[in-house]
Amino acid sequence: MNRNRIAIPIVAAAALALAGCSGKADVPYTRGVYMLLDTSGTYTDELKKAQVIINYTLAKLNPGDTFAVARVDTGSFTEKNIIAKITFDDRPSVANTQKLKFRDEIDRFVKGVKPSAYTDISGGMLQAIEFLNEAHVGRKTILIFSDMKEDLKKGYVRDIPLQLNGFDVVALNVTKLRSDNIDPREYLDRLAMWQSRVEAGEGHWRVINDLERLEPVLGD
Amino acid sequence: MSFTDFLTFWGGNMVVSVLVWSAIAMALVYLARNPAHRMIEAFAAGAKQAFQQAADAVQASGSKLAERNKEVLVAAGREASERLIEREFSRIDTIVHRDMAEYPTLHRKISDVVTRIDEDYKTSSEVPPEAPGWANAVQAVAKIPTGTNDPMVGQVLQSIHGSMEKSHQRVLEEYRKSSRTRHMLLKKMRPFWRRMDSDLKQVNQKVTGLLERAEVIDRKMEEYENIVSQTDSAVRTLSSSSLTQFFVAGFVLAVAIGGAMINFNLIARPMQEMVGGSAMLMGYRTANIAALVIILVEVAMGLFLMESLRITRLFPVIGSMRDEMRVRMIWITFTILLILASVEAGLAYMREILSQDDAALRASLIQGNVTAMAVNSQRWITTAAQMGMGFILPFALVFVAIPLESFIHSSRTVLGMVGVGLLRGLAFVLSLIGNISHYLGQMLISIYDLFIFLPLWIEDLVRGKESRESREGKRGFNPFGSRTAKEEA
Repeated sequence: MNRNRIAIPIVAAAALALAGCSGKADVPYTRGVYMLLDTSGTYTDELKKAQVIINYTLAKLNPGDTFAVARVDTGSFTEKNIIAKITFDDRPSVANTQKLKFRDEIDRFVKGVKPSAYTDISGGMLQAIEFLNEAHVGRKTILIFSDMKEDLKKGYVRDIPLQLNGFDVVALNVTKLRSDNIDPREYLDRLAMWQSRVEAGEGHWRVINDLERLEPVLGD
Repeated sequence: MSFTDFLTFWGGNMVVSVLVWSAIAMALVYLARNPAHRMIEAFAAGAKQAFQQAADAVQASGSKLAERNKEVLVAAGREASERLIEREFSRIDTIVHRDMAEYPTLHRKISDVVTRIDEDYKTSSEVPPEAPGWANAVQAVAKIPTGTNDPMVGQVLQSIHGSMEKSHQRVLEEYRKSSRTRHMLLKKMRPFWRRMDSDLKQVNQKVTGLLERAEVIDRKMEEYENIVSQTDSAVRTLSSSSLTQFFVAGFVLAVAIGGAMINFNLIARPMQEMVGGSAMLMGYRTANIAALVIILVEVAMGLFLMESLRITRLFPVIGSMRDEMRVRMIWITFTILLILASVEAGLAYMREILSQDDAALRASLIQGNVTAMAVNSQRWITTAAQMGMGFILPFALVFVAIPLESFIHSSRTVLGMVGVGLLRGLAFVLSLIGNISHYLGQMLISIYDLFIFLPLWIEDLVRGKESRESREGKRGFNPFGSRTAKEEA
């Protein structure tokens, strides 16, 4: 009886230790980043900057984190729009190799990208929400590399509330359009609209145009 | 009816009303003076007593703790003293076994030398030459009467003289020969004398060494007796020694913790390759926990090794093991330490490679530099240094056991001292609060009386008048008009 009293806590502690050391990533501490690349019209010229951001993000992500890059085009609510996606291996050396492969995939995409006629940012965000929720990560970040001017094709319904509880949504490199220069209220209204949409979905909204300020978003 | 109306109901004049109310209040307070004073006094006395009792109880606890500390201190000091004396006896035992075991051989050697010297001495002793028989013959010839002038006598004497000369020459020759032999023998004795002198010096040194050890033991025994009899000086010495040990051991432990942290940083990064870089356990990276566990295992092995070597005495079970088992344990712990040190050296090497990979990846991703970073030809120095540290630090951590033992032992005493200090401080504070409450009661009584100073003044006037009347009444019966002794007083 006494032996059992001693043995049970020891076995329980050992099981706990084994469970902890199983090498499986502990969900609340991993990070998921989904990046949307606007490929509409002239914005494709900005993709070189996007490459820099992707590389920076790759450098900042840790083993066990998830990263996906998808394009925003006429209809973005589809898995086909995902250019590259990966959940990094638990071992840092393997993760480093995966990062290099990921970068090469993005490089290939940027070289062969063709501009799209419309810009379905909402569809891309819905896809991002779905992907990151499925990835079962701790911190979820959606990076939107776009001028945030949505231009939907006729018939596409995107008037859907976004469920962004626990999400950080960061608009990157929101360039000013020619019309914005004429009337800056357009630009401000556009950003305000997106902010209200994101915050209505209980998400956290941020705009970063100076890429040097990306550090706090992707930092530990 | 508002409060103001209630106050001014007396004639509608505020001042008059306040005066009337004050007079009423004063009268009521004056009437309640004695019970109020008793209540305040009772409260103050009760509080003082309660706080005093609490202070006494805390003081008693402090005294008990101090007594207990003294016992612990004396027990620790006695144990340490016993250990030192035991070591001294052990040294003497070693000396006796090492030196005195050779004593029979030495004795035999000295005895042999003495025997040989004795024999040689006997052989070399000077034997007086035997008196020649000629002396008697010469004596007999000398008694022959000289008046005869016999030529025969002259010839005989001449012949005797010749024979005696010959005999003298022969004896002298023999004597010289034997003297030479004796000198040769004495010459041969010299190394034996020297050897004996050396042997005796050796004996002297060993005996002197033993005597010195005996003096050390005498001193230790004196200290031990002082500790056992719990003399104040012994307790003071032990306390100060304990405090010194506490701070010195604490400092060394801090240094050891610094070493352990460096060790941790050496192996934490490569451990991610073994247990994963993202796995978390209780909010910490599993790789970090694994690295910490390795270091703690090394420290534990070091403790066991030190215990097995009987340098520390934290685990009596290990100390009381059979020697054979203990030696086996020494080898096992040392082997585990060696393996862990080798693993750490390997991990330190791995760390360097991973750092280079990370740097190359960052350079490639952020700076867009596709070619790998320039390889520094001197990098092998840092790699070797890391590997060396990874190998040496586990062995250095073994010695943590010594300050740890001192720290644990001395912290008992130091914590006890701190506890006694705190209890005494608390007792003082409680006693102070008791006294304050007592004087607070007296102050409240005075404030109470201050509020009713007018009735009290009137009371004093009335009483003064009464006493004067009483004194005058008494004087009426005093026919001489002199003051009584009571009045004088």
